[in-house]
Amino acid sequence: MGMDHGEEGVDCREALHRIYHFLDGELTADRRVKIESHLNGCVPCLHMFDLEVELRKLVADRCRDAVPDGLRARIAFAIDHEHGEEGESGQTP
Amino acid sequence: MADQAHFAEDTEEYMGSLYSAALRMTRNPSDAEDLVQETYLKAYRGYGSFQAGTNLKAWLYRILTNTFINSYRARRRHPEETELEDVEDFYLFQRLGGLEAAAAGQSAEDEVLARFTDEAVKEAIESLPETFRMAVLLADVEGFSYKEIAQIMDVPVGTVMSRLHRGRRALQKALHEYGIAHGLVGAQAG
Repeated sequence: MGMDHGEEGVDCREALHRIYHFLDGELTADRRVKIESHLNGCVPCLHMFDLEVELRKLVADRCRDAVPDGLRARIAFAIDHEHGEEGESGQTP
Repeated sequence: MADQAHFAEDTEEYMGSLYSAALRMTRNPSDAEDLVQETYLKAYRGYGSFQAGTNLKAWLYRILTNTFINSYRARRRHPEETELEDVEDFYLFQRLGGLEAAAAGQSAEDEVLARFTDEAVKEAIESLPETFRMAVLLADVEGFSYKEIAQIMDVPVGTVMSRLHRGRRALQKALHEYGIAHGLVGAQAG
């Protein structure tokens, strides 16, 4: 750590500080390029960054649940019922 | 103005992610089903006021979140504590051996992470206090921006960032603890 890319670049501290904003796509293009440039030249930071990327993928992939068929049917039924109560029963062409 | 006649087909694709989010929020399949059904009904009733072409998914999540807060959280006699212990940055990285292991070529974090099952990740997320859990779900599972999450949860962007920051660190600790309890990771001191 402690690598510095001069006055125009960012150091490890700033790169790590902004890792989540980077991953969240919430950085300006300019700052994004500076962080990328730091990561490309700093193995320890890149290593930490990679773990955060993998973890993000894991969390996104492992939290998917299939909708029970019964729920789909209940919702369709409830909406049909609601539609009927509005006095617009029957199919609108 | 959105056309109510197209409601079902417009919203169909979001039912899976809304149901998953409802499960994480309520931590109970039966409550989750009720929550999603209530969300869809409210959305249907209010569909005329939805501006077609704007972010339908975020609009649905806002209804889901409000319904959860008003109907489910209110039912609990003792509101959930929002206390969250402070966890250091990069908790998991440090616990998986950190830079020393990486330098020695011993660390294959993605291999370790692959051992975490759906159950593990769901349990870790569900262990977070509610406000942190919702922020992490909206950002890391659903990919909403800070601004969208702020609108969905009706809090300032700064609050979103702070909840995300703390929630993610706590999630890393929860995952690690699950990993130790289930023998997925070594229980080395750190």
